[in-house]
Amino acid sequence: MDFLSAHAEIIITLIKIALLMFIVLTVNAYLTWFERKVVAHMQSRWGPHRVGPHGLLQPLADGAKFLLKEDATPAGVDKFVYFLAPLLALGLALTSIAVIPFGPDPIRVFGHNVYLYIANPSIGLLVLFAITALGVYGVALAGWSSNSKYPLLGGLRSSAQMISYELALTLSVVGVLLMANSFNLTEIINAQSHPAWGIGFLGWNIFSGPFPQILGFFCFFVAAVAETNRVPFDLPEAESELVAGFHTEYSSFKFAMFFIAEYTSMITVSCLCSILFFGGWLSPFPQSWTFTYYLPSLLLIPAGLWIIWDGIRYETIFGKIILPGLGTVFTLIGVALLLPPLQFINVFIQGPFWLLGKILVFLFVYVWMRGTLPRFRYDQLMAFGWKLLLPVSIVNVILTAFFILLRSKP
Amino acid sequence: MVPTTYYVALSAVLFGLGVLAFVFKRNIISIFMSIELMLNAVNLAFVAFSQSSGKLDGQVFVLFVIIVAAAEAAVGLGIIILIARHRQSLNVERMDLLKL
Amino acid sequence: MNAPLVVFFVLAVLAVAGALSLIFQKHPIHSALSLIVVMVALAGLYLLMGAEFVAAVQIIVYGGAIMVLFVFVIMLLNAGLEEHTNISKLAGFPGILLALALTGFIGATVARSAGLTQVTSGNGNISGALSATRELSTMIFKNFAYPFELTSFLILIAILGAIVLAHREN
Repeated sequence: MDFLSAHAEIIITLIKIALLMFIVLTVNAYLTWFERKVVAHMQSRWGPHRVGPHGLLQPLADGAKFLLKEDATPAGVDKFVYFLAPLLALGLALTSIAVIPFGPDPIRVFGHNVYLYIANPSIGLLVLFAITALGVYGVALAGWSSNSKYPLLGGLRSSAQMISYELALTLSVVGVLLMANSFNLTEIINAQSHPAWGIGFLGWNIFSGPFPQILGFFCFFVAAVAETNRVPFDLPEAESELVAGFHTEYSSFKFAMFFIAEYTSMITVSCLCSILFFGGWLSPFPQSWTFTYYLPSLLLIPAGLWIIWDGIRYETIFGKIILPGLGTVFTLIGVALLLPPLQFINVFIQGPFWLLGKILVFLFVYVWMRGTLPRFRYDQLMAFGWKLLLPVSIVNVILTAFFILLRSKP
Repeated sequence: MVPTTYYVALSAVLFGLGVLAFVFKRNIISIFMSIELMLNAVNLAFVAFSQSSGKLDGQVFVLFVIIVAAAEAAVGLGIIILIARHRQSLNVERMDLLKL
Repeated sequence: MNAPLVVFFVLAVLAVAGALSLIFQKHPIHSALSLIVVMVALAGLYLLMGAEFVAAVQIIVYGGAIMVLFVFVIMLLNAGLEEHTNISKLAGFPGILLALALTGFIGATVARSAGLTQVTSGNGNISGALSATRELSTMIFKNFAYPFELTSFLILIAILGAIVLAHREN
């Protein structure tokens, strides 16, 4: 016990890392389920609905497939680099979650303050960009080490695309940095908590300040979608174009690592969008409306009741048991949070609730784009990045600086 | 605290290894990379002195060195690509004529 | 044996191992990967010294742009293993000795001339980590504004030069 209290910080950090990894990997798995269901419903079909009720156990089946499939290594590959590339991609993608703050207030556990982030460096945003810059290697080395022409072309194209859009990505947040005066993500959110007339969402960077960052948000979101190699910028890994691009020669678990890395970087980009432009954990309602603190629990109750109602009418017996059970759990948690003994938790979960809500909205937009948009041709893609996004982000920087100078008192 | 002498010693060791790589490698791209290693060693010495003297000039100079190294790498690699296209080889010992 | 010293030794060993691997690897892409390891280790050392902006710029610019350029060129030119040349083995040993002597001379001269034989207290200028970046940028844009403009001009010339060099005659 003495050892534990002497090294409390390290042990708390290790536990936070393990917990966050578990949560991020689970969210990844269910993000694939979410994507398949949403794209399917947009295309008037059902998506996975056989494995478990509403296909909820599909990610488990996919995970089992990835683990049990044969892991074939092609001949003539450079062994060290072939094994290094997916490790690099996955490691970097998971590391970037460490600097994202999920809530403002710390939790008191056994007398120690546990903050809702793993690290809060004063250059937090630059750390994220550094990790993004290093992420190009995973793609380039994977393409090169596979000793085959489709992966090599796909890897070269993909990494050239990532390098080009990195410029627009880093320039488009300079407006936010000018308004917040700091690289620290927590301070950027705190700078958005002074809204006009006290109404929450008017303080967010995209609506407020000397110059609303609409151009900046547009540039950032588009550049981030190109950075993560998602539709409409996924030509280098599209099936009809280059077999599967840079990860053609990878099978089973190594392919799963690239897959997880892509979805984790999607989650990181959604977190960054909501933190930098949409106020992070700040609520959109006016600060005087304290009754909105009950919103999370009030949302849990109808959600739970709807799951119960849907589960009772479900086809399979498994679904008829699991779904009402899940629904009952949600309803009971919602009711318990409304009762006086546990009401203090409501104030605390405000921050994470709003941040997670905004992240879900951005993930939905990502999936929506996948189901709707056609993809860019490669030369259109590069022209878009260099000739449109880069000048627009530079114009955004100039205009933001100009308006800040106008408003500042000499 | 780590004494500044340790940082300077590490910088000197890295510089010496860069010189060794420059002299012993035959591939022109590896020689170019050893130049980058030497520049990095010098950067480390700059930041160490900036920390010990309490002034920020060392860090500003490091930023300029990084920028100049970027410009030099771009142009140098362009030249290397041109030479490799003409000579069909990346071996420095084959590039011994003034005429391309 | 306090924590900063341990971190310094780990990062220093990593940097020297990367540099040695750069010398002894036969394929240029492995040398490039070793150089990336050296740069990340050096960025860690900059962080240890409190120069966080320089550490971030080192990883973003050096490790994320310059080394990517090297890796691209190695892939494009299809650089294979280093050719076996008839280098004189006898001249190798004096060469290594001379390089070691050079290292020793440089290190001793620099350390002696700056008078750094005692432990320094370090962070005099960096008054709190939050303002290090701000002071650095104030210094760049106030005192060093002219060199800053010159380097941006230099980068423009380098871009033009690279485009002209890589242009194929049609």
